[in-house]
Amino acid sequence: MNTSATFGVGTPSESDFRDTRDGDMSDIGLTKGHVTVGSVEIQAAKITARGVNIFYGDKQAIHDVNVDIGKNQVIAMIGPSGCGKSTFLRSLNRMNDTIDGCKIEGDIRIDGEDLYSPKLDVVELRARVGMVFQKPNPFPKSIYDNVAYGPKIHGLAETRADLDEMVEKSLRRAGLWDEVKDRLFQAGTGLSGGQQQRLCIARAIAVSPEVILMDEPCSALDPIATARIEELIEELSHNFTIAIVTHNMQQAARVSQRTAYFHLGRLIEVNPTEQVFTNPEHSLTESYITGRFG
Amino acid sequence: MHANNLLLLLLAFAAAAFYVGRGRANHIAKLAGGSRQLHSLPDYHGHYTALCCGLPAVLLLILWIIFSGHVISAMVLDSLPAGQFLGDPGGRELLANKIANIAQGVLPKANQPAILVAAAEELNRLTQISRWSVTALASCVSLVGLIWARSRITPELQSRPRVEASIKYALFFCACVAVFTTFGIIFSVLFESLQFFQSVPVVDFIFGLEWSPQTAIRDDQVGSSGSFGAVPLFVGTLLVSAVAMVVAVPIGLMSAIFLGEYAHKSVRAYAKPALEVLAGIPTVVYGFFAALTVAPFLRDLGQGYGFSVSSESALAAGLVMGVMIIPFISSLSDDVITAVPQSLRDGSLAMGATHSETVIRVVIPAALPGIVAGIMLAISRAIGETMIVVMASGLAANMTFNPLDSVTTVTVQIVTLLTGDQEFDSPKTLAAFALGLVLFLITLILNIIALKVVKRFREQYE
Ligand SMILES: Nc1ncnc2c1ncn2[C@@H]1O[C@H](COP(=O)(O)OP(=O)(O)OP(=O)(O)O)[C@@H](O)[C@H]1O
Ligand SMILES: [Mg+2]
Repeated sequence: MNTSATFGVGTPSESDFRDTRDGDMSDIGLTKGHVTVGSVEIQAAKITARGVNIFYGDKQAIHDVNVDIGKNQVIAMIGPSGCGKSTFLRSLNRMNDTIDGCKIEGDIRIDGEDLYSPKLDVVELRARVGMVFQKPNPFPKSIYDNVAYGPKIHGLAETRADLDEMVEKSLRRAGLWDEVKDRLFQAGTGLSGGQQQRLCIARAIAVSPEVILMDEPCSALDPIATARIEELIEELSHNFTIAIVTHNMQQAARVSQRTAYFHLGRLIEVNPTEQVFTNPEHSLTESYITGRFG
Repeated sequence: MHANNLLLLLLAFAAAAFYVGRGRANHIAKLAGGSRQLHSLPDYHGHYTALCCGLPAVLLLILWIIFSGHVISAMVLDSLPAGQFLGDPGGRELLANKIANIAQGVLPKANQPAILVAAAEELNRLTQISRWSVTALASCVSLVGLIWARSRITPELQSRPRVEASIKYALFFCACVAVFTTFGIIFSVLFESLQFFQSVPVVDFIFGLEWSPQTAIRDDQVGSSGSFGAVPLFVGTLLVSAVAMVVAVPIGLMSAIFLGEYAHKSVRAYAKPALEVLAGIPTVVYGFFAALTVAPFLRDLGQGYGFSVSSESALAAGLVMGVMIIPFISSLSDDVITAVPQSLRDGSLAMGATHSETVIRVVIPAALPGIVAGIMLAISRAIGETMIVVMASGLAANMTFNPLDSVTTVTVQIVTLLTGDQEFDSPKTLAAFALGLVLFLITLILNIIALKVVKRFREQYE
C-alpha cells in the first residue's frame, strides 16, 4: 500500500482528526469520520445494519458500518484481505457469539426485528439465516448425513423418502450430485476441497433459509463448479436474500445486484453493482477494482 | 575398564566424531564453494560420522556384555577336573556361582577348597583381560569408523538419507523392546499357568463355581482339598467394576462435556485440576473411606428400607471406586472434546442447531475415539483395583450377582494367594498366574471390542 500517494482524496465530510491506530489509513485518504458513499438505504430491505462496530478484544475490526441488504437480492462484499468482510458477515447471523472477546455495538435488524435483542431466539435466527463458511467444514459424517443434518434437527422431513429427496435436491442444486450419488454414505471429509465446499453449500440450502451468507464460497472451486454455484446463486436469488463475500471481481459483477466495498474495517461504498464496476464513486473503490492494490 | 565407563567413552568419541565430520564437511564445502554444493548439510555429515564411529563399537560392547560372562565362566569350569561337578547339570551352575562369589569376595577365601580359590583367581584374571581387550577393541573400532567416515565425506556423499534411515531403525528397535517385553510377560504367565493346569483341569478352573484355594500342606490335614473354580471371582470383579462404571461413566462424561463445552474458561481452569485430584488420592484412603463411611451408611440405609445389606458390599466398593475413576474419563474426554475444531461447532450452530444438539450430534461423535479410550482406561483401572475391594467388599468368594452382598475379586485373590510364605510349585501359588492370565485375556477382549466400537462409530475429522 505504499503507492497510496496517488490514490487521491477522501470524502468531503472528513475532518482533520486522523486515527493514529491504523497507521497507513491516513495515507490512503481515509479518516476516522468516514461516511459510506453511495446508496446505503434501499426500498425493500431484508436486513438493515446501522452504526455497527465490532471488536475483537480491544481491537476494532469493523467501524461504524451502515448498510441495507435488499430482499431477494444478491449483495456482494468485496475488499482487501483482512478488511473485515467475514467479520461483518458473521455478525448477520450472530456467529460472532461463538468467538471469545468479540463484542458488537450498533443495530442490526432482520425484517425489523432486532438481531441482538435479548429476546431473540438465536437458534431460530440461524435457521433463517444460513451460512457457508470461508473454509469448508463438513461434519465428519457421511455425505448424506451432512446434508440431512439441518432437515433432521428442524424436523423438516416427515419420512425417509422426504429426506432422501431433500438430500438429492440440495446436492443437485449445489452441483455435487453426479459426483457423489454412488457414495452418499461415505465420509464427507473424504471429498476434495472443492467438493467439500459444495457439500457445505448443499448443507446450508437444505433447510431453505431466508437469507444465505456465503463467505468466499468459490475460492476452492474450478471454473465449472464456480459457474454451477453462480447459477445456483442466481436461481436462489428469486426467493432468497444472499450476501456473498468474494475476491473475484468478475464474480461479484456477474451475480450481484449491489456491491459493498470494505476497506480497513470501514464500508467505503455501496452502490448498484453496475455502477461500482463502471463508475465507482470513491477513489479507493476505483483503485481496488482496477487492481491497483488489495 | 568397566562397561559403563566404556560406554561413556564411546559416546564421547561419537560426540567428537560429530564435530570432526561436520568440520570436514564445512571444509569441503568451502573448497567447493558453499554448503549448497554438498548433497547433505554439514550437520548430517557430522551425524553420519558420529554414527559410523559409535554404532559398531556400541554393538560390540553389547555383544561382549551378553556373552563374555558365560564364556569366561565356562572356560574356568572346563579347566577344573571333571569330578568337581557332582554329576548333574545344576551342579555346574552352582559351582560357577560359588566361584564367582569367591572371586568377588562375597565368600571368604579362608575356608574354601584351594582348587576353588585358584579357579576364582583365574576367573578374576580372565575378566581383567577381557575387559581390557574389549576396551582396546571398541576404541579401535570406533576410531576406524571415524576415520573411514571422515574419508568418505565428499560433496556427493548422501548422509541425509542414511541418518534418516538410522533414526527409523532406532525407533523400530524401541518399538520392538516394548513388544517383546509384553510377549515376555505373557509367555512367563502362560508357562506358569500351564503348570497350574497340570494339577487343576482347565475346565474346573474356568467353569468351577467354588473358590477355596486352601490346600492341605501335610497329608494328615483334613477338609482343605482346595477347589479352584474361578467363576465367583470373575463375577465379583465384573460386579464391582460394573457398579463403578455405572457411577463413573455418566458423571465423568457429563462433567467433561460441561468443562469442555459449557464452562467458562476461568471455571475450567480451576475445576479441571480439582477433578484430577481425585485420581491422585491413594487408593488406601479410598479404601478406608469405603469401609468406614460408605459401607456402614449403605447398611443403615438398607435397614431403613428393609434390605439386608452386608457390612462389606460390592456396592460400597463399586461406588467409591467409581468416584476414584471419574477423572480418568472426565479428563481424557475433556481433552478430546476441546480438541474438536471450532469450525465443526460453527457449522452446526450456523444450521440452527442448539448447543446441546451440536454437542450430541457433532462434538461427541467426533470425539468418540478419545472418549472410548478414557472409558477403557477407567475399566482397566476398575478391574485392576485391589485395595478398595479388600477393605470394603471383603474376601469371601460368594457366587452372587447381588451388589448388596460381599464379594471378592480376582486381584484381591491374587494378593491373598501370594502374600506370606509360599511354595512356588503348589497349585495355590500357581493359581495366581492362571488368574492373571484370564484377567489379561478379559482386558484384551474388552480392548478389541472397544476398538471395533470405535471403528464402527468413529467420525474422523481433519
Ligand atoms: N477471531 C479473531 N480474533 C481476533 N481478531 C480477528 C479474529 N478474526 C478476525 N480478526 C481480525 O479482524 C480483522 C478482519 O478479519 P476478517 O476475517 O473479517 O477479514 P476478511 O475481510 O474476511 O479477510 P479475508 O478476505 O482474508 O478473508 C482482521 O484484522 C483479523 O486479523
Ligand atoms: Mg474472510
